[in-house]
This record gives sequence, structure tokens and C-alpha cells, in this order.
Amino acid sequence: MLELRKEIFADERDDNLKEVGQPTQRQDMLGHVTGTSAYYDDHRLAGLLHLKVLRSLHAHARIRSIDDSAAARAPGVKRIIRAADVPVNLNTLLSLIQFGKDDEPSLATDVVRYKGEPILGVVATSEHAARQALDLVRVSYDPLPAVFDVEEALKPGAPSVNAIYPKNTFEYYDKYDHQKLRFGDVEAGFAQADLLVEERYQMSPIEHAPVETNGSIAVPDTNGRFVVYTSTQALFFSLDTAAKINAMPSNQLHFIGGTVGGGFGGKVDTLTEPLAILAARLTGAPVRYRLSRHEEMQFGSPRGAERIYIKDGVMRDGRILAREVRAYFDSGAYTRLSSYAAVKCAAHIPGPYTIPNVHADVFCVFTNRTPSTAMRGFGVTALDFALECQMDKLAVAIGMDPIEFRILNAYRDGDMKAHRREAKNCALIECAQVAAEKANWPIREEFRRMSSRQGGGVTRTGGGADRTPARVTPAATTTGPPQRVAYERPAAAAPAHPPPPAPPRSAPPAAPAPAGSTHGAPRFSSVFGTRRR
Amino acid sequence: MAKHRGRGVATINYPIGMNLGGDPSQALVHSNPTGKFSVALSSIDLGQGMKSVTRQICAETLGVPVEDVYVDTADSDTGPHCMGSFASRGTHRVGNAVMAAAREARAVMMEAAAEELEVDPGDLETDGRGSIRVKGAPHRSISVRDVAIAAQFRQGRTISGRGIFLVPLSDVDPETGEMSPATCYAHACLIAEVEVDDETGEVTVLKMTSAYEVGRALNPRLVEQQLVGGSWMGASHALYETPEPYYPDTRDGPRDFGDYLMPGPGDLCPHDISVLERPAPDGPFGAKGIGEMCANPVLPAVANAIFAAVGVRIDELPITPEKVLRALKARGGAAPARAR
Amino acid sequence: MKTPIQFRLNGEEVAAFADSGANLLDVLRESVGDLSVKGGCWQGTCGSCTVLIDGAPRLSCLTLAESCANKSVETVAGLRRGADLHPLQIAFMDRFAAQCGYCTPGMLMAAKALLNRNPNPSREDVIEAIAGNICRCTGYEPIIQAVLDAARSGERRRA
Repeated sequence: MLELRKEIFADERDDNLKEVGQPTQRQDMLGHVTGTSAYYDDHRLAGLLHLKVLRSLHAHARIRSIDDSAAARAPGVKRIIRAADVPVNLNTLLSLIQFGKDDEPSLATDVVRYKGEPILGVVATSEHAARQALDLVRVSYDPLPAVFDVEEALKPGAPSVNAIYPKNTFEYYDKYDHQKLRFGDVEAGFAQADLLVEERYQMSPIEHAPVETNGSIAVPDTNGRFVVYTSTQALFFSLDTAAKINAMPSNQLHFIGGTVGGGFGGKVDTLTEPLAILAARLTGAPVRYRLSRHEEMQFGSPRGAERIYIKDGVMRDGRILAREVRAYFDSGAYTRLSSYAAVKCAAHIPGPYTIPNVHADVFCVFTNRTPSTAMRGFGVTALDFALECQMDKLAVAIGMDPIEFRILNAYRDGDMKAHRREAKNCALIECAQVAAEKANWPIREEFRRMSSRQGGGVTRTGGGADRTPARVTPAATTTGPPQRVAYERPAAAAPAHPPPPAPPRSAPPAAPAPAGSTHGAPRFSSVFGTRRR
Repeated sequence: MAKHRGRGVATINYPIGMNLGGDPSQALVHSNPTGKFSVALSSIDLGQGMKSVTRQICAETLGVPVEDVYVDTADSDTGPHCMGSFASRGTHRVGNAVMAAAREARAVMMEAAAEELEVDPGDLETDGRGSIRVKGAPHRSISVRDVAIAAQFRQGRTISGRGIFLVPLSDVDPETGEMSPATCYAHACLIAEVEVDDETGEVTVLKMTSAYEVGRALNPRLVEQQLVGGSWMGASHALYETPEPYYPDTRDGPRDFGDYLMPGPGDLCPHDISVLERPAPDGPFGAKGIGEMCANPVLPAVANAIFAAVGVRIDELPITPEKVLRALKARGGAAPARAR
Repeated sequence: MKTPIQFRLNGEEVAAFADSGANLLDVLRESVGDLSVKGGCWQGTCGSCTVLIDGAPRLSCLTLAESCANKSVETVAGLRRGADLHPLQIAFMDRFAAQCGYCTPGMLMAAKALLNRNPNPSREDVIEAIAGNICRCTGYEPIIQAVLDAARSGERRRA
């Protein structure tokens, strides 16, 4: 199914390797096909209790009162967990790396800000008993005006979603409500351009939909600590977040995971561990908090929707002179990771192209919907959709072949990028050439000869950012048979060495390790005997 | 009342690792008494093959067969810190940390072997099959197993190593956005061919043709897994998926897989994939990461192909049959571009 | 109120006490201790809990445990014969037809049910047989190829 084009960039590689490059069978494949790979839930624990949470029915409302007395008396219920039980009931994930302010409660206190926000937890002897008990909780709400559109949320007078960020945007550098990118002079570029193309793109939220839902099991350990079996994608992120919320020293928690039934970014947010641990502390029993499929789909964080405006100025000879982007991330009610995504989005603008004038403003906006989070391609997927649809429109507008247009504008080694860094290790052009050839998509000879390497195939006039193609006319597509692509290689290629690895940060080899330290005998009956592989 | 075909293209790059860096990973490597190695991590395998690729990197660096290495993850008591599996960072960050740890362990192993063979460590090489031998005199050799026994029981050495890999956190200029987002980027070009039914609005992806540049394919089968699975997810994002069908209106969210649509096994198309390798100077054996990039080019390539097929642009995802039909109606009918 | 249930699991007699209304998935995992069966949605839409009951593929999350009394239940834990892997397992491995592995037990059982009733399936037959099993990782193609490989390998296993 897959071919390796070893001849391309061969002079930059040493392929004389033994294990690397081999199609070695996966270490976990046998476990997968025998059903013995151990996910977080693959433990049988005597006396396991189950935590389920009551979720807000409203997108935005004040909680006037909660009556959980009937729930507390319901069959099988061991404990109700209320907002006041949570030791540190305000957090944001990236506070661990000092980015952003704590804005999200584990259990809502006076206001709910998205439909599905957890308000209260019930710990019971079965999930069924917990769900039955939840049905007995009486919450009275005073609904508040809600906002669901990112641009509406930024208008004066919009309902304020997040108490920590009352203007509905994340705050960057204590100064701006957006991340800026400024390179060159886009207005001058637009003035000079032959054509302007201005468009709006919208990507909706996406659900990660891993086949295994988010979940964790917290178990009181023999030594006063807690073992936590977890589906997290980030073991220490989750451990430290859970320790903070529970006001526990981090070494009181022993997190075990590493084998996860799909994540795609949806298992970074530490959705279940903090309350599972709290429940285990309050009951003295092992507690599982597992999202149902409905919870996973509607209340587990999705990929956030993004709205992107792009305005481009292009010349008829194919050069893009200026690109202006305004992008809005729909973070939902709380920050989670969207603050970081906006910066990553700005970092990705204007795409893998050398454009001399670039201007971008990227916003992280709060609305009254499920807080969004990372998903495969975080900060980039929607932007790539917008950029590549835009590139296609530009090519059509000037009558140039879409692949030739991309090759012309592609970044090359040594080009100055909008972030004021030199491009290096580029390969966009080669990818386009290979795909075009395989698909019998004809491109002209000079585009088949272009290269990502410094100065490859394009005459430069000053500054490295200006680009005048050697000879480009918006001609009709050639109809002859595609020629075999030849990639120039230096005549006498010096033997390439493996790239020098980063110097290790470790100290010189240590003295012999102290003998026999163990981390505890197996405590619980786990069918497969090993915790993880 | 016809089906129209068209092709669309997208070219992308993808930054490797957490944006701006500052996302470290650590690894510990050690030998048991008989020369078999363990790699202790707290990194997560979500299916992308973290345990497998780090195993190969460790074996290569140590100079032993992959069967002599096992990766153990994830346990916060025994595995050193790893930031996590996201942002296409695993192969690059964790791989480099494993290399560093394995290099340190290998250095001790070679010292121990040199002592046994009474030569200089610089005179020795591993054969990749479980032995250490004198360069140019392969009959003078010792098994890794015997070296491990000698090291631990007679010489008093621990054949072990520690590694950490950290790309230092980059500043960001608040006024200009000047920053170092990543130290390397992967690349891709994908061409999608679609068929659009102008009566139902349904879009069928007929074929994908792509080239992905990945730095180095550490394991071509794992690379293939990501590129095939990822391109499926890209098609799913482009044409099927949303938990908010009327975004920004919150109506009608799906509750389970019966409502949340994704392409099934009957909705697949052939995908002709080529892999290019331009090693990243700071990648483990030049490797970059592909876990996220694999889906991205499909979305715009499909949208562009729809334009080529019927002459309408759908700029809002997902591209549902309803949106296609409304666009066709607004346009007054399908207008296929000249066939490529 | 707990009900005693007795049935054959992978050829062996097992017994458990189940809450009335308990589903087979929960009884298998929590009472009997067969953790090879996975739950993904607990409402019959993902297929990951697929087991064979008297040879037919069934969603164990929607099957009343009590209804399995005296029946034969097969899960992926029983697929191999001692140390020997089933041809389907070998084929899945050769084709790298699993990434996170969570859908794999259900896929294997759906595939086994297919090969039991149709030893020589077409690609369309395979697609139909696994159409009720969600996979989020592989893109399905390696799984389809693996099932066809297993069929072609021609080996029959005892039912």
C-alpha cells in the first residue's frame, strides 16, 4: 500500500541501520488480538463503587438551590459529592505550565456555563443505582442569556460567559485579547496586488469518538496513597492536575495507564481523575468514574469550532503578495487548551508558503457550549482547510494550475518566515511533485525541476522574500505524457552522517543503584497479572 | 441528474511537538542480569505505536536486536516524566530521550566489554545480533549476555542510562508574533478524486493519491497505519462528522454512533501513498511525527475536488449532501470544471 | 435480587450470580472475570462488545445475562487453542489490523461468525459482517484484508 521514495533526499540520510526502518511487529499486537491488552478498566476490584455526575440542563443559568436529600437516601448510594467537598474547586489545565488563570470548577458552584456542566456527584454501588439517585436530585435554575456564536460573544453587551474572563476572550500577555502576527506591510501588498480574494471559512466542532470512553478508577492503596488507573494521554499532566484539585502532594498519587483505546486529543483534559480520587478519599473504597457514550459525545470536550477569515492579494504571475487572517477559536465555556491553540494557529499562518506581507489576529473566545479541547491537528486542521481552499480559489482566479501555484509559492530552505525564522528542512515542493506525477496530474517542466533546497528553481531579487519566477505564463495545461521526474543531486555526494543528536542532558553514569527497591506487591486481583505493557 | 467527477489538491506542513517547545520527555534504560533491556517511560500508547517505535529506537542505539528490548509504560512511580502523547511529539521528543538514555547505557556496556576483552572501548562494535566484537577482528567477541553478567557481578557497573529531551521554550513577541514554533516540520501533498451526485448531493471519495514527507520512516508499517487511518479520519471530518449539525445553534446533537456519522467499511477508497524522508537534524534518526498531519490535507482536497466536479465551493464543514444541494441550487446547477 | 446463571464460556462451564436485568457484558467482565470483552457505548451502537452466542454474533451489552442460561458463549479469550493462535488472529497481526486495539476483540468475533457461516467470503461479505463494528484508528482496510487472508488460508478451526 505504501512506497518509500528513498532516492529523494538520499544524500541527506544514512540508511545503514539495523532495527530502525524495519517493519517490526508491534510490541502490543499480540495483546490486542488476544484481548489481553490491559486498558484502565481491565481490573476486577472488590467493593468497586461508581461515580456519576449530575449535569446542568441549561447552557447558562444561576443555580438557585440544590436538594440532594432524596438522592442521599436512595438505594446503593454511599456518598454525595458537592462543590464544597472539592478542596481546590477552580483550575485550568495549563496552570501547570503557568499559562492562563484558573477558571473552571470541577463541580459548579453558583453558575453553570454550559449544558452538561457537572454540578454534583453520586457514589453508589452500581452505575444504575447512581443514575437512579441522580434522577432524585432537585435543582432549580434561573436561566441566563446565553451566547453561542464567537463573533456575537465579542460584541459589546454580549452575555459574559466566564467570570475570570468577563469579556469572553482569553487575555494574552496581560495586554491583548488575541494573538498577533505582523510581518511586512499587508496594506501595501494589497495595494500592489492584481487581485484580492476575501473569504470566510467555518469548521464545526468534532467529537473524538474513541471507541474507549474517558474514565479512571481511583483505589486506596496499602500505604495511604491512591492508585489511579486512567485512560489519560498525559500521565503527569493528569496526576498533577488531580493533585492540585485534591490539595494532595503529588507523590500521594500513583497513576497507571499507558494503554489507551484511542485518544486523538480527547483524553488530555483530566475529566475524571480528580473527582474519582476525591470519591475514593471520601468513601475509603475504589471508585470508577467512567463517561457513558452519551456523556463522551455531548459533554466530553470536542474539537472546538473555528471561524477563519482570509484576505489575500495575488499577482497574475502567481505570487501571493499579502495574506491577512482573522481567526476565532470557540473555546466553549472554559479555557482548557484553547488558549494554546490560538498561538499555535498564529504560528501556522500563512501556511508553508513564502509570503512577504502577513497579518493575523487569532482569538480564543468563550461561548456557552461544552468546553473544547485538543484534537488531532489542534490549531492547524481548520486553518489548513481554510488555507488550502483559499489557495485553490487564488489559482482559479488567476488561471494557474493549482499544483504549480503551490510549488511557486512554497517555502524553501533559507526563506524568511512570517515569524522571523529561517525556513529549513523544507519538502513541500517534492511532495507536490511526487503526488502530481503519480496521479498523472500534468505540471510544466520547470515546476517539475524546482526544489525545496536553497535557491532551487526560483530567481531571487533581494531580501529573500521577493520572488520572481524564471518564466511563468498562465498557459493552458500541457497535455503531453508526464515525464519522469529527475531530482538533481550533487555530483560527488559526501557520505552523509546520521544527524548529530541533541546532547544528552543526563549527568555521567551513576554509581550502582541501591538494591531491591520495589514499588509494592500487586495489590489487587487483576486477571492478567501485569499492570501494563 | 448526473454524477460528476473532479480532483482537488492540498499541500500542507505540520509542526512537530508542542507549539513553542518547552515539552520535555525523559526515559530510563537498563539491562537485567543477562543482557536484556527495559525502557521505562510514562509515555502513552494510544494506538499510534509509542511502545513499538521507542523499542526500535532503543535497540538501534544500543546495538542489540529488538527482541532484547521491552518498553514498559506507563507508571508514574517507575516511569520518569513525559509531557504526554499529543501534538505529534511522541516520536520526536520521547524518541530522542530514549536515544539519550540508550547511548548512556551503551557506553557503560562497551566499557564493560572492553574490560572483558582487554581492549579499548573505541575498538569495539556491536553486531546488532547480541554480540560485541573487535572491529576488524570479529572472532574476538563476547555476547551482550556475558558482558551484562560480568558488569553486574564482577565489575560492579550498572548498564543503564538516563535521557531527557527538551526543546527550550520559545518566547513570543506580543506585538509581532515573532516566535520559534517548532524545530522541524513534516510535509504532505494529497490529491483527492470525488464523484458528486447532483441529484442527492452525496459525495463519494473515489481515490486518494498522496506523498508524505516524514523525516524518517522508523517503521514503515506503523507509518502506513497512521496514513491510512488518518486519511480515513480526514474524509470523515470533511463529509460526515459533527456533534453540532447546525453550529452555532446547539440543536440535535448526536448521542451515540447511531447518530454520529462516520464512514464505514463500505465507504472506503483506495489510497496510493508515497513516503519521502528528509531527516530533521534534531529528530531521532531524523524522524519527525505524522500522527496528526495524516488527516489534514484530505479536508481541503475533497472540498477542492467538489469544486472541480460541480463548480460549487462549500466553505463550511462538514460538507453534507444538504449543503451541496443548496449550493447547486443557488448556482443554477452543476458546472464541472475541465477534467484534469 | 441476584439470579444464578450457568452457561458455557469458551467451552468451559461457568456460573455467576447476576443482578436481575444485568447484561451479559457486565456479567462477563465483573462476575465471571473475562476482561477480553470490551464496552464502548453500552447501548448497542459500536459493536466492541460483540460475542458469539450459540455461534451467532450478538451485542453482549444488549443481551440479558439470564437469557444465556445453558448456552454457549464465545469471546476472544477463547479464540486461540492453547498456544496456537486462530488464523484470524494471525492474519490481524500480519496485516497490522489493530492500533489502539479496543475494537479488536469485537471485530475478531464478528469475523469469526462470518467465517463460521461463510468460509469463502467476498469483500462485500466481509464489509457487511463488520459494518456494525466501529473502528476509529485503522480506517478499516487492514481489517478487511486480514479477514480475507484468514479465509484464504483455508484452515478451519473446530467450532
